[in-house]
Amino acid sequence: MKFHQTKLANDLAVIAELNPAVHSVALGFFVRTGSRDETAAVSGVSHFLEHMVFKGSEKYSADDVNRIFDEVGANYNAATAEEGTLFYGAVLPEYLPQAFELFANILRPALRQEDFDMEKNVILEEIGMYDDQPSFTAYENLMQTHFAGHPLGQSVLGTKESITALSCDQMRAYHRDRYLASNVTLAVAGNTDWSQIVSLAEQHCVHWPKGTCVRATHEAKPPGGLKVITRPKSQQEHIMQMTPAPSAQNRLRFAAEILSVIVGDHSGSRLFWELVDPGLAEAADLDFNDYDGSGSYLTYLSSEPEAIADNLARIQAIFAEVNQHGIREDELEQAKNKVASRVVLRSERPTGRLSSLGGNWINREEYRSVDDDLKELRGITSRDVRELLDIYPLGATTTVAVGPLESL
Amino acid sequence: MPEQIIHTHELSNGLTVVIEPMSDVQSAAFCFLIPGGSAFDPANHGGTAAVLTDWITRGAGDLDSRDLSNALDNLGVQRNESTGLNHLAFTAATLGANVPAALSLYADIIRRPKLPDEEFEGAIAGIEQSLRAIEDEPQRKLMIELRRRSYDAPWGLPTEGTLEEIARITAKSVRAHYDRCLRPNGAILGIAGSVDIQEMLALVSEAFGDWTTKPDSSMVTGPRGERVGHIDHDSTQTHIGIAYDAIEYAHPDYYKAWAAVGVLSGGMSARLFTEVRERRGLCYSVNASLNSLKHEGRVLCYAGTTVERAQETLDVTLHELQRLGDGIESHELERCKARAKSSLIMQQESTTSRATSIARDWHFLKRVQTLDDIRRDIDELTVPGVLDYVHQHPARDFTVLTIGPNALKVP
Repeated sequence: MKFHQTKLANDLAVIAELNPAVHSVALGFFVRTGSRDETAAVSGVSHFLEHMVFKGSEKYSADDVNRIFDEVGANYNAATAEEGTLFYGAVLPEYLPQAFELFANILRPALRQEDFDMEKNVILEEIGMYDDQPSFTAYENLMQTHFAGHPLGQSVLGTKESITALSCDQMRAYHRDRYLASNVTLAVAGNTDWSQIVSLAEQHCVHWPKGTCVRATHEAKPPGGLKVITRPKSQQEHIMQMTPAPSAQNRLRFAAEILSVIVGDHSGSRLFWELVDPGLAEAADLDFNDYDGSGSYLTYLSSEPEAIADNLARIQAIFAEVNQHGIREDELEQAKNKVASRVVLRSERPTGRLSSLGGNWINREEYRSVDDDLKELRGITSRDVRELLDIYPLGATTTVAVGPLESL
Repeated sequence: MPEQIIHTHELSNGLTVVIEPMSDVQSAAFCFLIPGGSAFDPANHGGTAAVLTDWITRGAGDLDSRDLSNALDNLGVQRNESTGLNHLAFTAATLGANVPAALSLYADIIRRPKLPDEEFEGAIAGIEQSLRAIEDEPQRKLMIELRRRSYDAPWGLPTEGTLEEIARITAKSVRAHYDRCLRPNGAILGIAGSVDIQEMLALVSEAFGDWTTKPDSSMVTGPRGERVGHIDHDSTQTHIGIAYDAIEYAHPDYYKAWAAVGVLSGGMSARLFTEVRERRGLCYSVNASLNSLKHEGRVLCYAGTTVERAQETLDVTLHELQRLGDGIESHELERCKARAKSSLIMQQESTTSRATSIARDWHFLKRVQTLDDIRRDIDELTVPGVLDYVHQHPARDFTVLTIGPNALKVP
């Protein structure tokens, strides 16, 4: 695998990791904008705009966009999160020029009023769909409560009210201000050649306006709190908790990643053996999420409502034990073996490489090969984890409950 | 397309090994299908095979539950155990070099499980938790109940059973299921990735060669559920499920049926997405897929929409399904072909999807299609051929199930 990078005249970053041994090529436009970059008046606009991009440009209608992607057999989609909007697709190498041109073209979308009005219905349906998934409701409310007062607390989907009130002009202004070349990274992974990528980028992206985007990245100082959302007819109670962890720029993030596997992987972890294996809970996981300037540990527990208090006490006991005594060497070794295998398996597909390629560049302007990742992983020691826990202990700063319980 | 080598070998006890070595990958995966799935659950004891699927990994050979899990983790095995209708399915992926050690652990799991008393409650409780969680997720609940109304028992029954059934299951009845159903004759092991054929064959024959055969297991049959129904649920959306007859995977016209569903729901330019979502904004999620048992197949559709727009969503969706017989444009079929060919090639980047595909092929077809075989079948599809299939198997006599605050008018 070989890495390349350049910057176009308008500051668009272009990076690629090429691998002639794979059969496809994946490309992704990583736009550094998400719900944290929105004002309250346009809550949900990043995600709505992601949908509108597929409604086409001056050159392509919505039908054209759907048709051409299918004609080239693209496996494509887009995703919006708190701090990024990603448009990505995988194609066979011979179709790269067509898929590239289409993506690049629609990233300057027409944003037609009639398309906007129609797609608004779809967004409202998407909000309704997630409303019927209790774990999603818990996550939305946890982010808002934990990061209250910080941009990371802003909802990705927005609300029924904010989406209903949003105007097409507001979206046009948001696009004009945020979809600037300097705010986008183009990443390519897989089987193609560098000169073709550069020439496609020069041809289709060089006219994108440059300009600068600002983002406040101060570390969140979560106030902590508890929010209970009572759904009397539900069977299970869903609990999510968050507590601060290292940011995407903090070197302790590697230790945090491995700690989350040891303590809260979906199988073979401390939470698994304590809660899931004996059948006390349907799920009990710990995840580590790193953001631009902030980070969090996310605990998820789902079980019968009557067992929640006992299960939460068990989780707190595990956290206290880990905070005090750290982790064992055999656990660390086992977690490394698990993660190493995941890294290798994921890397065998261009789409699997794309997200880490783009993510590393957006957050740190850094390239990390699979070997770099494996080496970093092998180098983590229990002392690193101790250092992490001294600064960012496990805990439950903020708690959200969704289910039959009226209080916790 | 690169040359594909697929080696098949049947042991004298009826276990079939299908091996596809792949170049340019470090990983390998296997998919082990063992007879004894939920279709063989005893009467009114739905969930027996599902409990076994969980319990069986809780200690095997010389290892207790935790040591076994640790050993698999240390080999970097990404694993999944699931209960199918016909089989218990064990899939595992790791570095090719670790596959021999992993396979030997799976031989213990499958042939020498401890099924310890003290782990039984945990296995039962896990299934109970999962059944309760489904009650809170109307979309998942809908698809489970739609199957129940789509196929005769046992084929339409939920693989995890029901809360009432789980309460009846005992350690003894699950052990009896293991003794009665799990066997080498009819078992299929698909292996794909960075492996050596001879080494794999030797391993499998050593680990499974002396496993003795068992007679066919019996199953309890029964009728399917009501064709049209509604389940009240205090949800934000109304979740709509529709099903109608199609054909099974082994049918000579299978790819025509696949293309017909592809025109409806194969990509974002397909009809359901275009008409229901893009033109009318009725829902976020709408799709149809071809579902196959060994002896029959059906199209299963889903749409989720807010209460006020639910009736229109149902009407428009049914209309789209029915009007397929009026005609298909050649470019619609061409797009299905393009998507299929591209995904066939991309499958070669995933050892897990190849291992699963070759095991699945053997189960349904008693042979493995090479990617070239499939590509040829896809290339040979024509609009008149697909339309002919649609006319022979029209979308009608719909099974319709809704979950939400209000029932809908089903024509």
